[in-house]
Amino acid sequence: MTTESNVAPETPLETTAVATAALSATRPLYWSVRRELWENRSIYIAPLAAAAVVLFGFTVHALVRASRTRTVRALDPAQQYAAIVMPYSMAATMIMVTALVVGAFYCVDALYSERRDRSILFWKSLPVSDLMAVLSKASIPLVVLPLIAFAASVATQLAMLVLPVRGVGTGMQWTAPPLLEMWFVMIYGLTVHALWHAPLYGWLLLVSAWARRTPLLWAVLPPVALGVVERIVFQTSHFASLMRYRVAGAMTEAFDLKPKGGAMIRLTQLDPLGFLTSPGLWVGLLFAAAFLAAAARLRRRGEPI
Amino acid sequence: MPCIEARGLRKVFGTTIALDGVDLRVEEGRILGLIGPNGAGKTTALNAILGLTTFQGELKVLGRDPWTERDQLMRDVCFIADVAVLPRWMRVSQALDYVAGVHPRFDRPKAEGFLAKTAIKCGSKVRELSKGMVTQLHLALVMAIDASLLVLDEPTLGLDILYRKQFYDSLLNDYFDRTRTIVVTTHQVEEIQHVLTDLMFIDRGRIVLECSMEEFESRYLEVMVHPEHVAAARALQPIHERQVFGRSILLFDQADRHQLTALGDVRTPSIADVFVAVMGNRVAEAAPGAAR
Repeated sequence: MTTESNVAPETPLETTAVATAALSATRPLYWSVRRELWENRSIYIAPLAAAAVVLFGFTVHALVRASRTRTVRALDPAQQYAAIVMPYSMAATMIMVTALVVGAFYCVDALYSERRDRSILFWKSLPVSDLMAVLSKASIPLVVLPLIAFAASVATQLAMLVLPVRGVGTGMQWTAPPLLEMWFVMIYGLTVHALWHAPLYGWLLLVSAWARRTPLLWAVLPPVALGVVERIVFQTSHFASLMRYRVAGAMTEAFDLKPKGGAMIRLTQLDPLGFLTSPGLWVGLLFAAAFLAAAARLRRRGEPI
Repeated sequence: MPCIEARGLRKVFGTTIALDGVDLRVEEGRILGLIGPNGAGKTTALNAILGLTTFQGELKVLGRDPWTERDQLMRDVCFIADVAVLPRWMRVSQALDYVAGVHPRFDRPKAEGFLAKTAIKCGSKVRELSKGMVTQLHLALVMAIDASLLVLDEPTLGLDILYRKQFYDSLLNDYFDRTRTIVVTTHQVEEIQHVLTDLMFIDRGRIVLECSMEEFESRYLEVMVHPEHVAAARALQPIHERQVFGRSILLFDQADRHQLTALGDVRTPSIADVFVAVMGNRVAEAAPGAAR
């Protein structure tokens, strides 16, 4: 009883202290991320534009080709399922690929443009540390873009349900696509790809913090040159396959795509355990952390160019 | 505790010595003018104070090492590094939101009050504002931050005379309260003469003159000498002489005021004239045999 009464008054104090500390760290982070969205409106406009294009494309397709899709009826159940799901899956894929491209271009520019337009001197005059600035920029491709891509995909798929864009035309008994399952797979796919691609974004941010001009060339040419030199000197292509593995490896590491050719990914094809035990994931995350730390150090000394 | 204290501050870029053993002490509540020719090391010194660059030697700002403790220091230090560093894409309202979001000592109503006195609209983007208005905006943001040290590096470069005057007026009237410290560099020396409490000349990485404005006024005297007394005045070893409308104006360092009064009209020289004299003599010393 006495111990309880002794402990009780202390706990709220500690929690407030912890909460204040957490608040003082999250507040600058929150505003730093918001300011990235103000500056780079393509972060949300591009995925929304992709969604609009996809919707438009499928609407036109459905109107023009409505007669031909009747042949779907002749397909076996598995193929019917694929035909129903395909447009929804394709729409989501296009939006997510757009988000990937936007994320890469954003990273190349993020720490370069603030030096070029001299605004780095303004950002540095405020109590936001260089690490905080770099982390807020890294969170755009790692957190914000996946969330936006997910929201845009879900909205597009719901619109497709309402619009006559079912891929399979009238006449056939209408089957609802397994949207909940698709959304779950989408969340999983976005998460594993963000983690898998983290070192790539880290590299782009590092080059962006370092290059005095043309960061895009500095980001792309050295790895390409390394691959070419390896090919000429040793007649091998380990580096090239390493790069390919880093770009596309999440599909093989995080999904169990045994039935080849079956492009539709279902819940049963997810392989989270295989992903988490893949050394490629953890080595990649180590590289990502090193690249981001180096980018923060470079920004520390960064001057207008 | 002095606001800024440096001993043997040194900074070398390759073969160029930007700062060559600078000793510096700025007490709280002063307005220091750091004056020097281009490339003298002013900006390097300010960058070291602001933790924007590494340095050799000892430097403490508000009791902290600006390079290793920069993140904590920036809560108490504010700076305008140059005109036109506000991001051009930003809206005025976004600038207010952002600074309010990240700076615990930002007083938003105060900044809005400053802006209300200008022609700046909240919805405007920085790129739509004139250069003078961008400076006004930046000053409004900075003055609403309760900082102990404010550093201004060429804050009025490229502004017309009205904006420049207004800038220093609002700095003095609305911001400076004798507990804050301000360090300012500028080439428009004559405009800040009445603003400063302390003065420092820097040349080729070294401090060549350091004094308070009271000392400056008692130490330097300028005499417009009557033509018949020119020879006598020259015998008192002026540090500089120039001709204006056919009359000689001689500048004296630590001369007897009564003695000078007999020779002509005595007045306090402008910082610019003392600067020219001191720098001119340094050039002459550096190149012996050359004309004065």
